[in-house]
Amino acid sequence: MTNIRTIAGRQFRSYFNGPIAYIVVSVFLLVLGFLFWQTFFLNERATAREMFNYFALINYFTLPAVTMGLLAEEKRTGTIELLITMPVTDAQVIIGKFLGVLGLYLVMMVLTLPYVFSIASLGELDGGPVFAGYFGLLLQGMALIGIGLACSSFTDNQLIAFFAALAFSVFFFLVDKFLPLMPRGLQPILEFISFDSHLDLMRRGVIAVRDTLFFLSVAGLAVLIAFRSLESRRWS
Amino acid sequence: MSNAMIEARDLSKSYGPVDALKDVSFEVSRGEVLGFLGPNGAGKTTTMKILTCFIAPSGGSASVNGADVFDDPMGVRRSIGYLPESTPLYTEMLVLEYLEFVAKMRGYTGSEARKRIKKAAEQTSLGDVIAKEIRQLSKGYRQRVGLAQALVHEPPVLILDEPMSGLDPNQAAEIRELIKEIGRERTVILSTHDLGEVQVTCDRVLIISKGQLVADDSPEELRERSGKASYRVTVADDEKGDDKRIRDLLGKVKGVDRVRPRTADAKGELIFAITPTGSQDLRRELFRAAVDGDFVLLGLEKKAEGLDAVFRDLTTGESGTPKKREKKASAEDKKAEARAKKKARDEAKKAEEEQESDEEEELESPEAADTDADSEGAGAQDADDGSDDSDDADEEKK
Repeated sequence: MTNIRTIAGRQFRSYFNGPIAYIVVSVFLLVLGFLFWQTFFLNERATAREMFNYFALINYFTLPAVTMGLLAEEKRTGTIELLITMPVTDAQVIIGKFLGVLGLYLVMMVLTLPYVFSIASLGELDGGPVFAGYFGLLLQGMALIGIGLACSSFTDNQLIAFFAALAFSVFFFLVDKFLPLMPRGLQPILEFISFDSHLDLMRRGVIAVRDTLFFLSVAGLAVLIAFRSLESRRWS
Repeated sequence: MSNAMIEARDLSKSYGPVDALKDVSFEVSRGEVLGFLGPNGAGKTTTMKILTCFIAPSGGSASVNGADVFDDPMGVRRSIGYLPESTPLYTEMLVLEYLEFVAKMRGYTGSEARKRIKKAAEQTSLGDVIAKEIRQLSKGYRQRVGLAQALVHEPPVLILDEPMSGLDPNQAAEIRELIKEIGRERTVILSTHDLGEVQVTCDRVLIISKGQLVADDSPEELRERSGKASYRVTVADDEKGDDKRIRDLLGKVKGVDRVRPRTADAKGELIFAITPTGSQDLRRELFRAAVDGDFVLLGLEKKAEGLDAVFRDLTTGESGTPKKREKKASAEDKKAEARAKKKARDEAKKAEEEQESDEEEELESPEAADTDADSEGAGAQDADDGSDDSDDADEEKK
């Protein structure tokens, strides 16, 4: 447990030791603020729903960027070897990495709170959907971080990891956007694996077990793949 | 249980159809500094990665400090301080920050961690740069950080993969001192292709080639195994043009295999490089030859053949074609075979020499003698490429 915390802590701090965290977080806040406030006053309703929409949309691009280096960069520089030959298990390394990025993601989430307070100051804001919205973002973020981590585990090139993760993310985003064009038999499946469809209820304030389990399963599966991939170096 | 700190039993590792390592067995006892020598791609790094449980062997097993790499990888890792090739470090971290991270990973916190970091930093003289970012450090200092991180938990075993590569001579000397110092109380395995380093730092040398162990000996014994020394004779040049005479006189000394003129360092000197047939000391005979032949000996130097020659001999086939060596035993056979070949060649040479001295009595012209020497060079060398290479290496070193 200490090992996981140490690895997560180092990963988290490494974002802030370099420029990455500052660039990603500021670009994220700028884009989110621009998209959100541009349309907010047109709706004339004190709701954070639109913000959660845009937040989720931006995640498909920012999370591949912050996860691309997780293992790829350590493999390229060879630091992975030092890390793994310390008394840690591969699982601890993977989980530590995952939690390290999740820390950065939580910072991003916390930094959007001022938007929520602003909305609340402009009108009556219902707390339930806000909580559910953040909960949904957390779940979606975990799934995307898992995917990024898995992609990063297969290569020692950050760029490849980034584009692979981006491809998966965009797939899970777009998969239900062309439903009418798809064969009838595929439609329910495509809708089921779409991230957006699982976020829909939560944006409206409903936390369903089904949606929660979906995201946790995606995250879990991705982390497991990353773990297997890291472990495979031993036998290859 | 033996006193072995590290035990490798029939280690094999194959990457697909490629055998990176084949049945490598060795033991390292407590407090020993072991040099791991071999050309690039010979399997040094693979062996080290197996010992540190970074990868698993495809066959065989190994244990470190009593812990097996399969059954107790955590135990193995706890006993080892490891410095991988090219010193990978988190360059965005401060030195102190990094060492704190390592200490935490090793399970130390608070004052215990501080104490250990301080000790490791002192041992590696990192005091001046402790608050700097690792990326700002020179290669030499990075190497020290790498060593410091390997020392934080005061492990009984240190595994260092090419700790000297890429360092300038001063840095290398410092690191070498450091390793020697560390090696006094710990078992150290270091891999290198720098033979000088092995001679200075290691108690024992393993030479590995194409995934197989081809030698396991002390540096001195390894050198003796090549069984040869070479001599450098400096003779006063009285400008009477009798260098040919002197050369032949030297050639006639019992036990001399070959005499070759070398460029003189100064005027009035003639220099000859002499290769003996066996390992007996020739200095007395050479001196007597000078007295009997009435030429003035200015210098007589005996040089043990460098490890390079042994290294090359063991890790490359004769004529450069890779030849499979089944095991260490067969490597020994090979040596014997080479020796036999050499003996045959010596006899042929002797006959040739006798012929040559006959010719000399008829006062051969110098040109003819030269062509003689050339043909001798070309013809006889094929029989034993190895020893010829080593002669050349000696020459380069000068």
